[in-house]
Amino acid sequence: MQAIAFYLFAITACVAGTLVVFARNPVHSVLWLILAFFSTAGLFVLMGAEFLAMLLMIIYVGAVAVLFLFVVMMLDIDFAELRGRVAQYLPLGLAIGVILIVELSVGFAAWSGLEADNIEPSAVYGTTNAHALGAVVYTKYVYAFQAAGLILLVAMVGAIVLTLRHRDGVKTQDVWAQMQRDPKTAVELKDVRPGQSL
Amino acid sequence: MEIGLTHYLTVASILFIVGIFGIFLNRKNVIIILMSIELMLLAVNINFVAFSTHLNDLGGQVFTMFVLTVAAAEAAIGLAILVCFHRNRGTIAVEDVAMMKG
Repeated sequence: MQAIAFYLFAITACVAGTLVVFARNPVHSVLWLILAFFSTAGLFVLMGAEFLAMLLMIIYVGAVAVLFLFVVMMLDIDFAELRGRVAQYLPLGLAIGVILIVELSVGFAAWSGLEADNIEPSAVYGTTNAHALGAVVYTKYVYAFQAAGLILLVAMVGAIVLTLRHRDGVKTQDVWAQMQRDPKTAVELKDVRPGQSL
Repeated sequence: MEIGLTHYLTVASILFIVGIFGIFLNRKNVIIILMSIELMLLAVNINFVAFSTHLNDLGGQVFTMFVLTVAAAEAAIGLAILVCFHRNRGTIAVEDVAMMKG
């Protein structure tokens, strides 16, 4: 049963990853990316890392993929033109891919120490995965955790600074100016005689 | 058949190679390049989690969290730069990015 689930998730992840790269429409690429992340979350659950699986769903499927979709749909770009001459880059890409595959295979072949063992959901900590992770994150890795928060803060400020644009001539509410008005300057009494205009 | 560490490492390496291949194949489209980088980071995460559960050490999962953080920050900054660049130049073709070259 575990093997069936593993192969289902693994094959889905690999096929979706390949289609991210090869899809002609970037919107389809984003959707395939979502599927790849989804299947990887399944793999995480199989490995016993439920908390990270949920994190992957929330962060990637919920935030990053939607961000990508936003940008793809917001920018008015002719993607067909960007597609370019695939044949030009194909040989180099294939060469590098093959070199990587050979290197990784050599690495796998040379490394055989742990092969026979099986991956079991960790029962050492006695509690749920999220519980165990929380116990470690807030004690042993607390400084790294704070640094991660700092990275997010910097990224947020950077993204806002990069995309914020001040335009002239935009009508906005000036609260201070509104509060400084008083009846003496704002209201003017006119004595209008009958049958006349101002 | 038992699903062991090697299976997960194989999936991770396939995803990583697909990511690198995507960078070379879509040289002109920054959005696809960013997505390929996300795929590569995902492959690294699979490696981390596989070794973490295999060695019964939670450090790998903690570092996966940090990789997720950095990946999210990187995507946000990258897309912000992309929007900024598109506003200035009207295109996102990577080959045109030579403004800072003297």
